[in-house]
Amino acid sequence: MSGSHDVDIDKHVRIYITVFVSLMVLTLITVAVGYLHLPVGPAVAVALLIASIKGGLVACYFMHLISERKLIYYVLFSTVVLFLVLLLVPLVTVHDGTWINRHIP
Amino acid sequence: MEIPYTVAAREDTGLNNGKIGIWLFLASEVMLFGALFATYILLRVGSTEWPHGYTILNVPLATFNTIVLISSSVTMVMAWASLMRRRFGTFRIYQGVTVLLGGVFLMVKYFEYSAKFHHELFPRTNNFMAIYFTLTGLHMLHVIGGMVVNAYLLGPGSKLYKTNPEWFTNRVENSGLFWHFVDLVWIFLFPTLYLL
Repeated sequence: MSGSHDVDIDKHVRIYITVFVSLMVLTLITVAVGYLHLPVGPAVAVALLIASIKGGLVACYFMHLISERKLIYYVLFSTVVLFLVLLLVPLVTVHDGTWINRHIP
Repeated sequence: MEIPYTVAAREDTGLNNGKIGIWLFLASEVMLFGALFATYILLRVGSTEWPHGYTILNVPLATFNTIVLISSSVTMVMAWASLMRRRFGTFRIYQGVTVLLGGVFLMVKYFEYSAKFHHELFPRTNNFMAIYFTLTGLHMLHVIGGMVVNAYLLGPGSKLYKTNPEWFTNRVENSGLFWHFVDLVWIFLFPTLYLL
């Protein structure tokens, strides 16, 4: 029992090291792309794409989300939905609330 | 009175209370940083001029700090893996390195802030500096908070290992979840503030 448990943890450790190397490589790519001084649109898209991959690796493997209970997924799904609403608020504001005003009689 | 479900999972949630507690806390943290990211977008999209972060901020220092924080995430998870293998000595080494790397991050941030103040760049200078200091300052407070908990688990808190190693392992896992979250926030802060 103890032996198979140790083997399981060894497998985890190998994954952690692989994720660590991937995060380092992705960090260097982020910086390299930053030095290209791309126009704002593509620069934001590339930076957010790489950051999302890195964030996904940290969440899935270091935070063990890949093998977590359903309840945690429900909590996080609700958080993501509310987070997106939060990010949309500035967009409405930037358009001077015209979208809202149109719908107010 | 004994605290229930510190090790055993509750039947209804399938999780121990510490685990569900830390995830609910992290969900609230996502909303806190989310509000500030939304503020950043609002300020940037709404302004006629916005400086590129790399023209004002020190990218090599921030890259170094990114590497430091990612490394500390690995040592944190290795500390937990050591406890799962019941190797307390190895745990102490990894946990110690994690706290140390947190200290390195703060030291670099101190030099970075000092340079900004030296060049008369303060939160009141412009919107970019205001959101830069707010986001990185709040993140830094989280690093300090994580370091305090990790140092406690390395020092006096580690006594629990002798009486209840499983409970102690769960505590390290939960403090690790917070520490990884701090790393996760920085992964997004770094390109947003320094590279765009």
